Amino acid sequence: MNLASVSLAYLRSRPLSTALVIVLLALGIGTITLVMLVTAQLEDRMQRDARGIDLVVGAKGSPLQIILSAIYQLDVPTGNIPLTQAREIAQHRAVKQAIPLAMGDSVRGWRIVGTRHDYLAHYGAQPAAGRLWEKPMEAVLGAEVAAATGLTVGATFAGAHGISDAGGAEHGETPYVVVGVLARNGSVVDRLVLTAVESVWAVHEEHHGAAGHEVDDSERELTALLVRYASPLAAAILPRYVNANSQMQAASPAWETARLFSIVGVATDVLRAFALVLVLSAGLSVFVALYHALEERRYDLAIMRTLGASRGRVMTLMLFEAVLLALAGAAIGIAAGHLAAEAVGHALRAARQVEITGWLFLPEVLWLFALAAGVGVLAGALPAWRAYRTDIARTLAQG
Amino acid sequence: MFALNDIRHLYDGTAVLAVDRWEVAQGEHWLLVGPSGSGKTTLLHILAGILRPTEGRVSVAGQELAALSAHALDLFRGRHVGIVLQKLHLIGSLTVMRNLLLAQYLAGLPQDRARVREVLDSLGMSDKADTWPHELSHGQAQRIALARAVVNRPQLLIADEPTSNLDDMRALQALELLESQARACNATLVIATHDQRIRDRVSRQRVLGGAA
Repeated sequence: MNLASVSLAYLRSRPLSTALVIVLLALGIGTITLVMLVTAQLEDRMQRDARGIDLVVGAKGSPLQIILSAIYQLDVPTGNIPLTQAREIAQHRAVKQAIPLAMGDSVRGWRIVGTRHDYLAHYGAQPAAGRLWEKPMEAVLGAEVAAATGLTVGATFAGAHGISDAGGAEHGETPYVVVGVLARNGSVVDRLVLTAVESVWAVHEEHHGAAGHEVDDSERELTALLVRYASPLAAAILPRYVNANSQMQAASPAWETARLFSIVGVATDVLRAFALVLVLSAGLSVFVALYHALEERRYDLAIMRTLGASRGRVMTLMLFEAVLLALAGAAIGIAAGHLAAEAVGHALRAARQVEITGWLFLPEVLWLFALAAGVGVLAGALPAWRAYRTDIARTLAQG
Repeated sequence: MFALNDIRHLYDGTAVLAVDRWEVAQGEHWLLVGPSGSGKTTLLHILAGILRPTEGRVSVAGQELAALSAHALDLFRGRHVGIVLQKLHLIGSLTVMRNLLLAQYLAGLPQDRARVREVLDSLGMSDKADTWPHELSHGQAQRIALARAVVNRPQLLIADEPTSNLDDMRALQALELLESQARACNATLVIATHDQRIRDRVSRQRVLGGAA
């Protein structure tokens, strides 16, 4: 028997009001938890995929689209850039490294990206089975692609024209051979089929080269270049140099992702504000529930006072109840938030988007307990103060 | 056991009670009688330390109540004074056992289930320990309220109109229970009543004469 067990007994004695308050609070706290989990993982994921890439060069168009397509493999590319011009940039003295990307085909909705081994080295991707490609038409699968398609080392597949899920005409006459499967490493590579740039050219030259003439480099194209600067000074020179070219566009990952987050940020801010409103309304319902309970319980409190409880004790009892409610709501809300994040993750995985999990512990989630306890104390303050001020002689005399 | 000296009490500026002198020895049983409005309940509250009188000195069990801080007075009441109110008000969300344990807990005493069972036994209520208050009859609830008042072995047991809503037989039973429980802990017993049926059962009586 102590104040906590008395509080619990009171909460149990009015289950509906208790449940309502807890559910309201859990909804608010759960929403905040969900937003926290999703944005933290998105930001982490986006930063990880863009790390070490100073500039992306693509065809003229929206810089954000270039970043989304070339780094995150989410959007469609803005177009292609001529190989000769790409080479010029790669050889520029301000460039330390330039990784070429050639895109355009897919297999069962998973993108085929032609590149060099540098690309895998950049993301630290290692084969879990087999080896990397050595010649055109050899392909290496990202872990998620391998898991989803069931393709293994030695299997062959035909790329389909276009990078959308629906896919276009298949390049049946030039099949790829799977020579390796990459270990899962949590980056964009997991969702890609990787091959040599030459494979992509070969597939398309087969396709378009029906005219029969030999294709040389002047007609070849890349989709984008991932550039690493040779020195900080390059940031001042290179974008201007690229943009001066009428067919190419430079996009800064840092700048564009910041812009993207400021756009997405509005949505998460709205969600967060909405969740906060839920938490506050839950606080209000705690207040109303306790205020109401106080009216019913005036005599109980007076009895407790006659049994030796001080003013401070009955005040603590009311506060305790409010905080107990708040913490229960917070605990359930945080658990529900994690479940919801896992559910969102499932949906996103099905849509081949970024990977999000609910089984992630963020230390800042613990602040939600503090937030809930604060709301509880605030909601319980007035009822507790009234309990403190109650004149027991008068209450008892009134019966 | 307790002594009241020159007690005056004002309620919203109106005098509701005046007692010049009343001294009672340990273990005595008293009736506090007088018409309604004569200040019986107010005097009980003052004796119990629920109310501090506007003027005058109160000492209970050798303790000057005015010398105690609010917190100490609450604890003193919990440990040394047992109170049976006209309305019984057991805590509805706690079982009988937990209602009695609460009395020990709030008085800052160890929670002693054996003592609770002993008291319930002496009142013939030993099978009600796990019952909820709303499942009790009025007579049973009154016994539990009495058990709650004596579970901490008070030195002073006070009861406010304990028989007013009872038929003749039950009124006498209630009086007997109060007296036997008071004897069991050698407590001084004060019963405020205007019930004629019990007036000739207790010889020591203090009459309050209405507002001074």
